[in-house]
Amino acid sequence: MPLAVVLILLVVGSILFHLLSPWTFTPLASNWGMVDFTVDVTLWVTGAVFIAVNLFMAACVIKYRHKKDTRANYEPENKKLETWLTVLTTIGVAAMLTPGLVVWGKFVDVPEEAHEVEAVGQQWHWTYRFPGEDGEFGEVRAELITMDNPFGMVPEDPNGRDDVLVYSPEVHIPIDQPVKFLLRSKDVLHDFAVAQFRVKMDLVPGMQTYLWLTPTETGRFEVLCEELCGVAHHTMRGAVIVEEQDNFEAWLAGYPTYADTLGAQPGNAAVGGGLYGVCSACHGTQGQGMQALNAPKLAGQGEWYLRRQIENYKKGLRGAHEDDTYGKQMAQMANSLVDDAAINNVIAHIQQFPDEPAPATVEGNVESGERLYRVCAYCHGADGMGIQALNAPRMAGMTDWYMARQLKNFRDGVRGSHLQDYYGMQMGFMGRILADDQAINDLVAYINTL
Amino acid sequence: MAYVSIADRDHEIEHHDPQTFITKYVWSQDHKVIAVQYSITAIFVGVVALILSAMMRLQLGFPDTFSFINPENYYQFVTMHGMIMVIYLLTALFLGGFGNYLIPLMCGSRDMVFPYLNMLSYWVYLLSVIILLASFFVPGGSTGAGWTLYPPQAIMPGTPGIDMGILLMLASLAVFIVAFTMGGLNYVTTVLQARCEGMTLMRMPLSVWGIFMATVLGLLAFPALLVSAIMMLLDKTIMTSFFIPAISSMGADPGHTGGSPILFQHLFWFFGHPEVYIVALPAFGIVSDLLSTHARKNIFGYRMMVWAIIIIGGLSFIVWAHHMYVSGMNPYFGFFFATTTLIIAVPTALKVYNWVLTLWQGNIHLRVPMLFAIGFIFTFIHGGLTGLFLGNVTIDLPLSDTYFVVAHFHMVMGVSPVLVVFGAIYHWFPKITGKMYNETLGKWHFWMTFLGTYSIYLPMHYLGFLGVPRRYFAMGNTEFMPESAQTLNSSITLSALFVAATQILFFVNVIWSLKSGKKAGPNPWGATTLEWQTPDTPPKHGNWGHDLPVVYRWAYDYSVPGYADDFIPQTVPPDKAPAGREHGGESH
Repeated sequence: MPLAVVLILLVVGSILFHLLSPWTFTPLASNWGMVDFTVDVTLWVTGAVFIAVNLFMAACVIKYRHKKDTRANYEPENKKLETWLTVLTTIGVAAMLTPGLVVWGKFVDVPEEAHEVEAVGQQWHWTYRFPGEDGEFGEVRAELITMDNPFGMVPEDPNGRDDVLVYSPEVHIPIDQPVKFLLRSKDVLHDFAVAQFRVKMDLVPGMQTYLWLTPTETGRFEVLCEELCGVAHHTMRGAVIVEEQDNFEAWLAGYPTYADTLGAQPGNAAVGGGLYGVCSACHGTQGQGMQALNAPKLAGQGEWYLRRQIENYKKGLRGAHEDDTYGKQMAQMANSLVDDAAINNVIAHIQQFPDEPAPATVEGNVESGERLYRVCAYCHGADGMGIQALNAPRMAGMTDWYMARQLKNFRDGVRGSHLQDYYGMQMGFMGRILADDQAINDLVAYINTL
Repeated sequence: MAYVSIADRDHEIEHHDPQTFITKYVWSQDHKVIAVQYSITAIFVGVVALILSAMMRLQLGFPDTFSFINPENYYQFVTMHGMIMVIYLLTALFLGGFGNYLIPLMCGSRDMVFPYLNMLSYWVYLLSVIILLASFFVPGGSTGAGWTLYPPQAIMPGTPGIDMGILLMLASLAVFIVAFTMGGLNYVTTVLQARCEGMTLMRMPLSVWGIFMATVLGLLAFPALLVSAIMMLLDKTIMTSFFIPAISSMGADPGHTGGSPILFQHLFWFFGHPEVYIVALPAFGIVSDLLSTHARKNIFGYRMMVWAIIIIGGLSFIVWAHHMYVSGMNPYFGFFFATTTLIIAVPTALKVYNWVLTLWQGNIHLRVPMLFAIGFIFTFIHGGLTGLFLGNVTIDLPLSDTYFVVAHFHMVMGVSPVLVVFGAIYHWFPKITGKMYNETLGKWHFWMTFLGTYSIYLPMHYLGFLGVPRRYFAMGNTEFMPESAQTLNSSITLSALFVAATQILFFVNVIWSLKSGKKAGPNPWGATTLEWQTPDTPPKHGNWGHDLPVVYRWAYDYSVPGYADDFIPQTVPPDKAPAGREHGGESH
């Protein structure tokens, strides 16, 4: 008897849970309402079967539980009943399959007028490419991928010259226009998924896959990688910003074409020397850093990393948090670099500084730090020299007190919590696995030995 | 000379009785001892995998709390948990454990047809387990590529255990497949060749049918896994490019060219989908026998049940790409595989109806095995119905790679088969050990496991509807996930830890009952099948004493009108009891 009651309660409870659950589909933001419709049809059919069969079973348990002097009925088969059940089940299955196949037919068939965006996945970032004015993507090859050519563009292909390269995990698309995402991976499997759009597809190295949708709501929609791609899989995130056509065009104009990147001028170290005068007051004349002034060492740091940090300060992605006292100072200073040329020049100057290892100031348990560093090594390298392809800066030989402070900032959300600071967001995830300040000190003490 | 099957040459064949402790319990060729060896080893690794899942749940329920869990070992836990549960626990336990114990006893054979090979099968299986467990202790640790081991990430930087870990994993799988093949050929041959007189195929208990068909599937499916394991080993060790195209890994070119990651997925799931039924079919068969015995009623629609097992087994080879709807394979495949997948729901649903109809007009004894059997029907209905979501290609677009998938497959091939495993162990415990289990402990074990697992997996589906991705070490601040999603995750973790802890009741029951359980009679449930008619309990080596049994009827003559007892064993001739089901008397 308790069993029958429990079975009935489970059926009722499951229905109530379903009806009351706050966890359900996110509000739809694309044309794929038909997907939700297919889910609804399936819910009705399966829900009816769930209720009917389980309640029937509970009734059997009540009615036919063992009693003295009763006997089961001997009935090996009942052809008529079995036939009926087969037919009914087949009808139910057909009712679910039909919308499924019809909607899938629409999904595989991309409208002719859809404009194209390429989403490129790599461990553990998203970047994007637009075909440019000619509407044609240039050819790409995995073998050609370098730090100077992160998209693997084929230089000889004229179609590629006007391709717009968006080296950022965030992409914008115009509202109410069908868009076909062409999906490409540089390294391992990934999956491009936006919950509010309802559609997703894997990225497979060596081939191109696709999905399409028409965005119907403006706003920011997070892109999650949903195919396990390694140890930082959960940090591989980006965003699709859906906006009006004009805003979209303005945004796109801010990104360089492939031809632009080929023609980029290297920074002028001599000119940069003049600009660096302001910086040297805190960071030192040779970029060696000064702890008393809370300024980290710059010499020997990757130029790409310095550039991104200066830009982040200027855009307010860094040094905007109220608890980031020193970051706020730097944000003001960064504004003195008025344009890209100024940034390039000052970085070119910094690149000329001699690279002396910073003195060790943080004490901790090196052995325990070595164990913690295993996770860090995936991106920053076993030697701590950083890996540009992973957007992970150098740590070995850099100022240790600064790293310890930044780790605390990442852990506490002082750094890396701005919505557009995607690389900082990743480090925030990783910073939070360090249990306490002791762990941070141990880790930094180990990095000092590299 | 006309062919004479092995069962008919009983007296020509010498049976070497074991003489010493070693030959009796260690290097044993007795199928019953091998079954116990298989089961104990499988349950041991299953406990290891259970602990791994508890570690995962700790992280998901309470992120940034436990300093001993980091993304590296989290993905190693995920991978090893899945691989162990699917292959080294469930496959080994259902076929190596139950298959070994039940086939000869239920078919009226003295042993497996190739006892030496059978012994070898266990020891090679043990070797594969040792290789698997060794991978926890090598530099870099075990592989963290997910149990599906998808290349390129399984062998490329960025994934834990890409050196020794993945090599040992692949080697262990290859060794496991060797072990399975030795056992599997044995089970198939024994069922086809060593059934006693009168045991026609259409008189066999459904347990044997389920195990037999699962073994056939295994023999056809595991080679696909074997070749993919070997090809990936070659990609890893001598830089072939079966599965790896030209890529840029960590900013460097590893030197591969021309391979296809999708090829691996096709091979893997060509094995992987039948694998679901390798686990499910024995559970289907066994649960049918538990229901029939404890409801004192014949299984409803026996012939349809047999054909459903065969049809499901056949169809399971043409549905594999439903695991790959959003993998990037040619999307037009989706039409075909969605159709075949939903067709397979029909025979599966009929099996469910027939189980429930077996209870209809029955005389239901709610003993522990029956509780587990009915619990199985409930969880299997739930897991089967959610399969209709994921099998329908369109619905995979939002739900693939989310917690809906995790909830679905744990319900259908985690919880459901495990409930059958427990039900079956309680059911056959008196025969295996000669002792009765403790009914009260068994009932507590059932209620906590059944209700506990439902409170884990029902809510988990809704995380999937919300869009929470699986295989995430942490969710962080994702805008579309409300904070209550984390609360739900914490509650799921508490349920999971509770269920894991309550499994101690099972071990306490087994150990206590072995020592102090009541002595069991030869046929405590009043069952019809042959294993309950052995001259000794537990059965001795050779099972049947001097003479093999002779079978006169099907396995489900319960409550036959006109007979005093409510069961007629298969060995009772028609002149001593009503004939029961007419058509069961003829061989088909």
